[in-house]
Formats: sequence, structure tokens, C-alpha cells
Amino acid sequence: MSDIPTAADARTIIDARNVTKHYGDVKALDGISAEIREGEFFSLLGPSGCGKTTLLRMIAGFDELTSGTIAINGEPMAGVPANLRPTNMVFQSYAIFPHLTVAENVAYGLRRKKLPKEELQREVEAALEMVDLGGYGPRASHAMSGGQRQRVALARALIMRPKVLLLDEPLSALDKKLREQMQVELRRLQRAVGITFILVTHDQEEALIMSDRIAVMFDGRISQLATPQELYRLPANRRVASFIGVMNFLDGTVIGEDGDAVHLDIAALGKVSVPKSQCKSRIDGTAPAHVGIRPEMLTILFDETEQAEREVTGTISDVVYYGDMTYYDVQLPGAEKPITISMRNTAGRAVLEIGATARVGWGSESIVVLD
Amino acid sequence: MTMVASSTSVASTAKPQKPRLNKDGASGLTLISPPLLYALLMLAAPLLMVITFSFWTQNYLDIDRTLTLKNYAEAWTDPLYRLLMLRSLAISGVVTVVTVLLAFPIAYYLSFRVTKHKALWIFLITIPFWTSYLLRVFLWKVILGYNGVFNSGLKMLGLITEPLTFILYNANAVVIALAHAWAPFAILPIFISLEKIDRSLLEAAEDLGDGPVRRFFRVTLPLAMPGVIAATLIVFIPTVGDFVTPKLVGGNDGLMIANMIQVQFGKANNAPLGAALAISAMLIVALISFVFIWLNRRFTTGDGK
Repeated sequence: MSDIPTAADARTIIDARNVTKHYGDVKALDGISAEIREGEFFSLLGPSGCGKTTLLRMIAGFDELTSGTIAINGEPMAGVPANLRPTNMVFQSYAIFPHLTVAENVAYGLRRKKLPKEELQREVEAALEMVDLGGYGPRASHAMSGGQRQRVALARALIMRPKVLLLDEPLSALDKKLREQMQVELRRLQRAVGITFILVTHDQEEALIMSDRIAVMFDGRISQLATPQELYRLPANRRVASFIGVMNFLDGTVIGEDGDAVHLDIAALGKVSVPKSQCKSRIDGTAPAHVGIRPEMLTILFDETEQAEREVTGTISDVVYYGDMTYYDVQLPGAEKPITISMRNTAGRAVLEIGATARVGWGSESIVVLD
Repeated sequence: MTMVASSTSVASTAKPQKPRLNKDGASGLTLISPPLLYALLMLAAPLLMVITFSFWTQNYLDIDRTLTLKNYAEAWTDPLYRLLMLRSLAISGVVTVVTVLLAFPIAYYLSFRVTKHKALWIFLITIPFWTSYLLRVFLWKVILGYNGVFNSGLKMLGLITEPLTFILYNANAVVIALAHAWAPFAILPIFISLEKIDRSLLEAAEDLGDGPVRRFFRVTLPLAMPGVIAATLIVFIPTVGDFVTPKLVGGNDGLMIANMIQVQFGKANNAPLGAALAISAMLIVALISFVFIWLNRRFTTGDGK
């Protein structure tokens, strides 16, 4: 339990190759290939209808593949029914058996193993303790709240000691506070038990908080498979960039390159050299380029003492106050749309008003170049 | 002016301190009163009459109105009545088991396998109701009779040389005719309870290691139990008191308690004894029903034990 494999040296637990699923003429999955590593928290992130749940259900054994293969722990899963797979699932509806008590729900999968009664009880209680439901065993399952049901579902799956735990939007039915709490708890639990978790979610923030790696899916394909940091900093394309967090897009032109830098002319910002490591698109000669800048990569310079690598002046067109943060929309000369800038509301910092002139600070490191 | 207005409003709100009925309650009662009156007149009043009758005595042409338990003593001790009562319960029990066992797969198929045109299927199930019950019982005579469809069919196939006689004019025939007649009443409640089962529960059972058979007995059946119990009651309660079917296809050893009740009220001219038999049958059926309802509650509360 102590030697949790790190992402780099872990072996592959799930190997999906060219997985395709057709519903009639609709391609729900269109050639998915991914390797999920043992012990990692892996998320399938995407808008509804992108095929993420279908992929999860295929791993669980509930949906058949049209073509392609899925191997779990090195064994091909074609023709293996769900009840014989080393996976367990936490369902979106939790699927708590209404005719059984909490303890009977948790013990459901162990019944077949014919454990002595005392050992069974001990296992069930330990599983309930793990999800902070110690002593809840004798309760009727319908008397549990949404958050508690979710924990019961989790205990019921984890008690099986699966190779892979599958979570189908497990937090979407909880209110915001409880959801945020469960995100942290799930992550902690995953680290403690060391089991591979695969989470399906449409909530990019949730995926970023919880995952070791994330596969962003659109239209039945994986657009990008990367760590949260890489995904946020260097999104593969504009679609991923706008799905994960907020991204400003500016038009620019590649005017040259040398060594490890690309020279750009950005309409609203001017000429700049960007390291090639910040370029996701292939640069070939002179070409139009899409430039992305995160709101927090820009700053508003509030007084003369504040400095930045580069500066540009614009007019504030909108202000949204979030308490800890303020989001400004600033119209820059030469830009098509206003760009969004987020500023932390530190002590003594005033909130600027719409119409005010703002000095916007930026630098070459603020920028990514996208397809 | 304001003083007056406020004082009257206080008075008017204070006056009906504990209104027996609020406005909704009153209008609700008004709405249900015609059927309620009808039910009282047509159900409660005759029932009271039958109960009263059961404590009286028939003296040839007139009735002795002194209260007595003599009829009940006779109804519960006479071997013939006991036999008929037990046979009624047995036939009804078998009819119920057969009907529910046959209805379950149909309901299951409808709920789990039929994806299109479910309404059409349900509609088809009701088709037998389009003809009168009497006609259907007579049709069973045609089918099961000595030279009936069934026997001549088997003879033609060379499976039998002599017609089978155990299929008509006995308890078997009653069971066959009643099970067929009541099947739709059993299919529908079971179908509804199967429809209500969250399909992810079945996936969860499978996910936790159950094969299809285990899953059926651990999840599907327990959750369908309210429908099964409802079907059981719906079939059992009316068939205990059925007298048309046993009379038409039951022969001598297929007669049931209701046939005897009919005889007592008619030919035997002993209405009080008939009433006592009827009330006794009612009590027994009520008792059995309560056991089933209690079982049903155990299944649906989810407290396990």
C-alpha cells in the first residue's frame, strides 16, 4: 500500500485499442486508443454525448464494442461478461438496492465468496468506516441521503477490491459544497487504497482537481490525453482550450522562426517571440496562427510602480466580481473581441469600473500557439 | 370602520375554531359522495344483511330471528362444508400459483425484452376480455371435452388412443379455465412492478459478480414482489368465491364452496346457513389476504429483517 506506483513507471492496467462503437449510423466512439496505468486516477472528460460513458460501460462490460479491443490487466475482455471482470462501478444513480439494508448492500458482492459470518461483518464495517459511514450498517438504504448513498455505493464497490474502480459521474447529483468535499475525499481515498480509478465527468474543474491524467473527449474521439497541468497550460487545440477553463483567443501571424522560438505578430499585442515548447501547432513558414492566453496570465497594472515584460492599453468593457477574484473584459485596440483578465482581489486593491482605461501587462510566457 | 372590520374578522376567524373540514376536504367529500353512497347501499348494506342472516335460523317457510351461532357451528363442523371450503382454497391456491407462474414470464418478457410497441402488446393481452366469460368457459368445454379439440388433436397425432378424461368435469378443468381467465389481471401488476425496477440496479448486481440467474433471485424477483403479491391477491380473492366455472366445467369433484352457498340460498332454502358459509369464506380469505399484505410490506420496506 505504501509503494503507490508513480505515473511514469506504472504498468498498463487497461489497454484500449481502436475502440469503436456504432449505434446504427451514429458513431458513439470512433477509434479510441488509450493506455490507463495501474494506480492512477484517470478521468474521461467531455461534454454530454462525447462517448465517455459508453467507453466506461465497455470497460465494465455493459456495452459491446463494434470493433477494437479492450484488455484489462493484460487479458483481452472480448466476450467476458461484466460479472467476471475485475472492475467495479459506482453508478451515476448509485444503484443502491432499495430492498436491502446498508450493510447488505455493501456485502452484496462478497456473499458469493462464502466468508464466515464474522469475517463478512468485519469486512463490511471496515468498508463503511473507510467511507465515514461506520455504524450505519443496519439502516434501511432508502433512509440515506444522496451523499450517504454515494458513499454506500463506493464502499460496495471497494469491498470487492477491484483492479479498476469505474465512477460514472458520481458527484453530479450532489450539491456544490458536498461535491467539492467529495472530490477531495475521493482523491484521498484513491491514494490510500492504490486502486486505479476511472472517472467519467463533464466537469472540467472536477477532472483537474482529482486526476493524475485526463482524456478530453469530443465526438467519440480523444482530443488530448495529458496531465491536468499540461492540459491546462498547453491544450492541444482550441476546442480543448475552451472546454478547460477560460481561454482568450487572439489572431496572429507567424512571421518566422529560429532555433527554439517562433516569431509572431499578434494583432492586439504586437510582435513577440514564443518558445517552441509553447506551440501546439506545427509551424511551417509564414501562416496565420491562433494564440491563446489564460485570464490569469494577463495582469492589470494598477499604478505606475507595477511593471510587466510587455504592456498594452485597453478599455474595460465589463467587470464581474466574484469576491476573491474579479474578471475584467478589456477591449484592446486591434482585437476583435474583448479579452478576459482575472485579478485576485488583494488587500487595498480597488475594483476598476467599466469604461476605465487599463494597462494590461503580459509576456511571452503567457502565450500558447494553437491549431 | 376599521375597528368594526377588524373585530368582525377576528370573530369570524375565531368562530370555527376547529373546522371539521377545510374547504378542500368538503369539496372532496362532495365529489366522492355519489359513489360513496352507491358503495354503502350496494356493498355495505347487503353485507350487513348477510351478516345478520347468518345469526338467524330458517324454520321451513319463516325465519327465527333469535340470534344463534348454530349456523356457524354447522358450517365449520359438517364434513361436506369443510371439504368444499378446503377444496375451494386448494383450487384457488393452485389457480393462483399457476396464473402467477405463467404471468411472470409474460410480464418479464414485456418489460425487459419488448422495446417497441409495448402498448400494443398490453392491448393484445386484453383481447380475451372482448368475449363474455361464459362464452370462454364454454369454449374450454369444446377444447377439453371427450371429443374436443384437444383430445381429437392428440388422437390424430397418434399420441393417445382413448380420449383423456381427467381434463374436463373435474378440478383440473376449473384450474385451466380460471388460470386462463385471470392471466391478464396477474400480468399487469407484475409488469408494472418490473417496469419500476431501475435498470442500473440490475447492472449493479451484475457488476458485483452475479450471473443472470443469481441476479434474478437477488434483485429482480424481490423488487417485483409487490407486483407478484398484488397479482396473487387479485387472482386468489375472487376465484375462491367463483361458482360459474366449477358449475360449468367442474363436474362433481370440482364443485366449490360458492356452489354450496348458492344451493343454500336457492334449492335448500336455508339462507342463514348460506350466509354463515359466505361469511366464513370471507373471513378465511381476508385472513389469508392479510398474511400476503404483511409479506408485501416486509418486501417493500427495505429493512431486510
